[in-house]
Amino acid sequence: MAEAAPRGMTDWIASRARWRIGEIVFWLACLLPLLPAQYLPSFLQPFWIFDRYLQLLSQIAITALFAISLDLILGYAGVVSLGHAAFFGLGAYAAGLISKFWFTDPLLGLLCSALLAGALGYISSFVILRFHGLALIMITLGLGQLLAEAANSASWLTGGADALQGIRAGKIFGVFEFDIYGQTAYIYALVVTFLVFLVARRITNSPFGMSIRGIRDNSRRMLAIGAPNQQHLRRVFTIAAAMAGVAGALLTQTTQTCSLETLNFQRSADVLVILILGGVGRLYGAMAGAIIYMIARDIFSDVNPQYWYFWIGLLLIAVVRYMPDGLLGGLSFLGSKLRRS
Amino acid sequence: MRLWTTTIIAGVVAGALASPAAAQQEVRIGVILSYSGQFADPAKQMDNAIQLYIKQNGDTVAGKKIVLIRKDTGGIAPDLAKRLAQELVVRDRVDILAGFALTPNALAVGDVSHQAKKFMVVMNAATSIITTKSAFMARTSVTTPMLNQTLGTWAAKQGIKKAYTMVSDFGPGHDGEGAFHAGFKAGGGEIVGAVRTPVANPDFAPFLQRAKDANPDAMYIWVPGGAQPAAVGKAIVERNIDKSKVTIMGQDELVGENAIKSMNEAAVGIVSVSNYDFNLNNDLNRKFVEAYNKEFGRNPDIFSMGAYDGMHLIYEALKKTNGNTDAAALIGAAKGFSWQSPRGPMSIDPDTRDVVQNIYIRRVQKVGDKFVNVEFDTVPAVKDPVKEQMKKDGKPLQP
Repeated sequence: MAEAAPRGMTDWIASRARWRIGEIVFWLACLLPLLPAQYLPSFLQPFWIFDRYLQLLSQIAITALFAISLDLILGYAGVVSLGHAAFFGLGAYAAGLISKFWFTDPLLGLLCSALLAGALGYISSFVILRFHGLALIMITLGLGQLLAEAANSASWLTGGADALQGIRAGKIFGVFEFDIYGQTAYIYALVVTFLVFLVARRITNSPFGMSIRGIRDNSRRMLAIGAPNQQHLRRVFTIAAAMAGVAGALLTQTTQTCSLETLNFQRSADVLVILILGGVGRLYGAMAGAIIYMIARDIFSDVNPQYWYFWIGLLLIAVVRYMPDGLLGGLSFLGSKLRRS
Repeated sequence: MRLWTTTIIAGVVAGALASPAAAQQEVRIGVILSYSGQFADPAKQMDNAIQLYIKQNGDTVAGKKIVLIRKDTGGIAPDLAKRLAQELVVRDRVDILAGFALTPNALAVGDVSHQAKKFMVVMNAATSIITTKSAFMARTSVTTPMLNQTLGTWAAKQGIKKAYTMVSDFGPGHDGEGAFHAGFKAGGGEIVGAVRTPVANPDFAPFLQRAKDANPDAMYIWVPGGAQPAAVGKAIVERNIDKSKVTIMGQDELVGENAIKSMNEAAVGIVSVSNYDFNLNNDLNRKFVEAYNKEFGRNPDIFSMGAYDGMHLIYEALKKTNGNTDAAALIGAAKGFSWQSPRGPMSIDPDTRDVVQNIYIRRVQKVGDKFVNVEFDTVPAVKDPVKEQMKKDGKPLQP
C-alpha cells in the first residue's frame, strides 16, 4: 500500500512528524529541574524550588507515560477502557517480584514487565476488541477487577492488602542508586518516558497511526477499503498495554513500593480524568493533563488535606464545560482563532 | 511553551505555600494520614486527638515550638506515602514522622525513617512487622496478634474447647484468624471449622448456619467496621444462635460504638477484645472522654487513643532529650518509657520498640438505656506475641 500512496500523502505524513520548536523547548525544559539552585543568578535562587520537587516530578513523568498509553487506545483508536490499571498493576507487580526473587537490574526488570504486560494485552485483546460502547467499558472494568481480586487473594505472592514487601532497589547500569532526593528517579523516569513518547509519536504519525484513527472515525469504511481492523486494533492495544506496564514498573522501581492500589479502579478512573483534562487524542494532552492533575492535587491536598478532591472536581467541571477538548484542545482552538483573525 | 509557563506558575505557588525555611527553635512533625477517601474518619479521630493533646499540654516542649505539617495519602497508597515522607524530610525538614493509620503506608515510610534517620511514631497501623522496618520507629497503638492471640489464649483458659472462626477474606482478616488460631490452639483448644467470607457485601446467614451446625462452644468473628458488624448481628439473631451457649467473640471493631448502635439488643452478650474503649472505668479516661466530647462532640475511639499516646510519647521523649531531635536520642528516650494512659498503664518495649499494654476482655451489656462494652477481665502488660516469637527464633527486629 505504501508504494502506491500518492506523493502528497507521504509529504503530509512527513510534515506531521516534523519536530516543532515548542516540543523541543518543552523537552529541554524538563531537564531544568535537575539544575541545582546554586548555579543560578542569586536573585532567582529563592524562587528555584524544582530541585526539591524531584520525587513529585518523577511521579508526574510516570503518570504522563501511563496517560500516553491510554491515549493511544482511547484517543487514537477509540477503544474506551476503564480497566487500564490492570496493565499498569501487572507491570508494577512484575517489576517488584522480579527484583525480589531474581535480579535487581532496573532496565532488565523494565523490559520483562513490558513484555508481560504486552502479553496480557495481546491475549485480552481477543476478548476485549469484540465489544463496543457500554459492553466494552464493562468488559475492561471487569478485567481490571479480576486482576485486582486475583492479586488480593494471592497474598502469599503479592503480600495482599499489606502490599508487596522485600522489593530490592537495583542500581541503574550498576552505578546510579535511587536516592532520597529523587534525582536518579527523576532522570530515569524522564528518560524512559521520553523514549516511550518517541515510540508513541512515531506510531501516531505513521500510516498505521492514520489507519487506527480511521477505524476510530469510521470503522466500516476502513473495512470497505480493505484495512484489517481487528489486527490493527490488537496491535495498538498490545503496544499500549506494554507501555502501561512500563509505567507501572517505573513506579515500583522508583518508590520501592507496590500495592493493590496500582491495580484498582481508582487508578483507571484517574488516568481517564487526566486524559480528559489534558485533551484526548493528543500525546501532549496526556502530558499536560498529568502535569496539571498531579500539581493541582499536590497543592490542593497541602492546603486542605481533607477536602482537596472537591477542588479537583471543580477544576474538571470547569475544563469540561469551557474546553470540551481538554486544555490542549482549548489552547489549539484559541491559537487557530488568533491566527485567522 | 504555554505548558511550561503553567508549570512554573503552579510550582511557584506550591513553593510559596510550602514555605521551606526551617526556623531554629522548632520541632517539625510530619503527620501522614489518609485524611480523604474511605479511611478519612479514622484519620479525623487521630487528628482530633493530636489537636487535643497539644491544646492540653501547650505547643512548646523543651523550649521548642511544635509545628505540624499534615499530608494526605487518600487511602492505601504506599508509593504516595513514601514520596510524601521523602518530601517532608528533604523539603520541609521535619524532625519526626508521625500518624500512619494504614499498614502498607507505614511499611513504606519505615524505609524513609531508617534511611534518613528520623524518629517515627506509628499511631495506628497494626501489623506486627511494621516496627522491624526502621530502628528509629516506635508504635503506640496495638498489634493485631496482641489482640487476637490474647483472645485465643484467654478463651482456651476459660474452658472453651471447640471454636469456629469466620473472618473476612483479606489481609487483616487472615491476620486475625491466624493469631486467634495460634493463641487458642496453644491454650489447648480445638478449631472445629474455619471459613472466610467475601470482603464486599456478604450474606452471613449461610456461613453462620454452617458454623452453628458444627456445634462449637465459641465463634470467633472478624469483619471490617462499617456496615458488616450490624449485618452479622442481624444474622446471629435470624439463625437463632443462643449466645449463652455459643460465645460470640471478636476484635473491637465487631462491637465498635457505631456497630453497637446499629445492632442494639442483638449485640448483647458479644465478647470482644480491645486495648481501649471510651467506657473504660478509670479517672484518667473519664477526664479524657469528657475533654474530647467537649472539644469535638463525639467519643474518642482506638484511633484517637493511639494518636493521643503517640503525641505523649513524642512530648516526653523530647523532654528527656532536652529538645534534641536526633533520631537515635529520641528512640533511646522512647525505649523503656512507661506512663499512665487513659487506657491504663503502658510502656514501650526496649527491644522491639513496640507498645506494651493491658488488653481488656469486654462484653456488651445494657447500662441504663444504652448498650455499651463493659470490661470484665484484663490481661496485663501484653507484648506483641509475633515479635516475642521472632526474638526467640533469633530473627532480626530491625533492618
